Amino acid sequence: MAVTCLDFEESIVELETKIEELREKSRREGVDFSSETKKLHKKVNRLRHDVFKKLTSWQRARLARHPSRPYTLDYIQFMTTDFVELHGDRAFGDCHSIVGGFAKIDGKPVMLIGSQKGRQTKDKIYRNFGMAHPEGYRKALRLMKMAEKFHLPVVTLLDTPGAYPGVGAEERGQSEAIARNLMEMSSIGTPIVSVVIGEGGSGGALALGVGNRVLMLEHSIYSVISPEGCAAILWNSCDKVEEAATALQLTAQDLIRLNVIDEIIKEPLGGAHRAPERAAHILRRVLRRHLAELGEMSSEELISHRRGKIRRMGDIAMA
Amino acid sequence: MSWFTKAKKPLEAIKELRDKKKDIPAGLWRKCDRCKEIVYITELERNFNVCPKCDQHHRLSARRRIELLIDDGTFVEKDAALHSLDPLKFKDSKKYKDRLVSSQKKTGLKDGIITGWGKMNGRPVDIAAMDFDFMGGSMGSVVGEKITRAMERGATNRRPVIVVACSGGARMQEGTLSLMQMAKTSSAAGLLAEKKIPYISVLADPTSGGVTASFAMLGDVIIAEPGALICFAGPRVIAQTIRETLPEGFQRSEFLLEHGFVDMVTHRLEMKASISTLLDYMCHGLDAGAGR
Repeated sequence: MAVTCLDFEESIVELETKIEELREKSRREGVDFSSETKKLHKKVNRLRHDVFKKLTSWQRARLARHPSRPYTLDYIQFMTTDFVELHGDRAFGDCHSIVGGFAKIDGKPVMLIGSQKGRQTKDKIYRNFGMAHPEGYRKALRLMKMAEKFHLPVVTLLDTPGAYPGVGAEERGQSEAIARNLMEMSSIGTPIVSVVIGEGGSGGALALGVGNRVLMLEHSIYSVISPEGCAAILWNSCDKVEEAATALQLTAQDLIRLNVIDEIIKEPLGGAHRAPERAAHILRRVLRRHLAELGEMSSEELISHRRGKIRRMGDIAMA
Repeated sequence: MSWFTKAKKPLEAIKELRDKKKDIPAGLWRKCDRCKEIVYITELERNFNVCPKCDQHHRLSARRRIELLIDDGTFVEKDAALHSLDPLKFKDSKKYKDRLVSSQKKTGLKDGIITGWGKMNGRPVDIAAMDFDFMGGSMGSVVGEKITRAMERGATNRRPVIVVACSGGARMQEGTLSLMQMAKTSSAAGLLAEKKIPYISVLADPTSGGVTASFAMLGDVIIAEPGALICFAGPRVIAQTIRETLPEGFQRSEFLLEHGFVDMVTHRLEMKASISTLLDYMCHGLDAGAGR
């Protein structure tokens, strides 16, 4: 699956290719290379551990945007059954950067909504690179309200560079759409679990992210601005992305320390893109646990729990 | 030619003086960016920074904004001591801590907003006014907290809430915590809606990013000052994305009015009267004791 590999992944991928070649050779020539492949396996595992143990913030940001990383529809495929996609905001159109609909997780019905990026060029354009228009946020809100009406929990998957900055988006009220979602999501009487699966790009991600639980995959990021944008504004230089990524404290590991999120979800070693099915399986198990816990709460409890959680966000001194 | 050079010299001198204007107290003049007319600063200030020649609405400090909207001697400031803890220990070309200190010196505020309550033509209201001179009016934890508290006070005391937005958006130096202030303030606006407390949002130049995409767009009534830039993504970002020049007047108050996102565009000097009239209607239920 890994078509593209990032610079820090290169040494790992190189070794893996070597192992593959040895295997191929032993199959072809009937020679036993098992001791060599075993050694190489050990070596590649150690290397993977070493590389992934000390990832920088910028490296994580690049993993979060990895072109092979599983997207919402991949998770839907691998972790749900009976998905029925629903379309449109009932006002202007259907946004392809956000998908949503009914789905079953372990046989239990949920409303699943997530940002969607495209894989190939054509698909990328169709999904507008995961950058939603106001219609996307309005569709998401419509589906959340429907979930509330029919007593279904909501699962949202966050993965966007940000809300789309364009003329049409502004004309049709990008800000209003995001603002309304933030307000309405805080008072929806059904469980909401939000998971950052890749890029949590500012307000465009948050507009799906007001949950009773906010979780992040191990190599995902969640930020007020992209490292590139931050570097351009505060450092006046595009070369400072690494510094900006570190300063912004946008990794899951940073954000659990800052009490912004509730839990980090482990990814398969090497990142979710190395084993998408396995990543989805882990996510499914985590979701099942949270949904079961939240399922015990009444509508009123869920709303006051969510509001209380949002209310505590921030860090201030009184005098 | 000598005729020209002679005439130029006194102008240069004025320019120099104008550039130094921040160090020089009242009594001097300023050139209006729009009509290029020279106006006396005292006259401009008396006019709440609206150009007396062309009506251009220049930026107004939070303090002056309160004076504009609240009856003399009735304002009680709240949460004035709240300040940022620099949770990320953020440092770019400058330390966030140092930026805070220099903004504090410049504005006399602990952070970029004044909140409190007072009377507006005799009617008690809770009010929050953002200050652009404090790090571009950006919203970090303190600004978010103070707006939230102002709204909560309105809900508890059953007083209408007025928030004047004037901000470049969320404050980068507090990272994702700033982002979360969007959810916090929007949730508080939801509380006002639930309790049926009137909430009027006033948008001044500029209102953008995370501020527009949260509490600022959630007023029962939204009023913009004339010619204000009101947007989610700024015009420069959009121009870069689409690589086209933007239409005339794009993202200005009048454009938003035309597209249905603000109720009215109101002159600064008529703002107080206009809000009072609205509140007379909107407080119909509150005044009658409904929901108590």
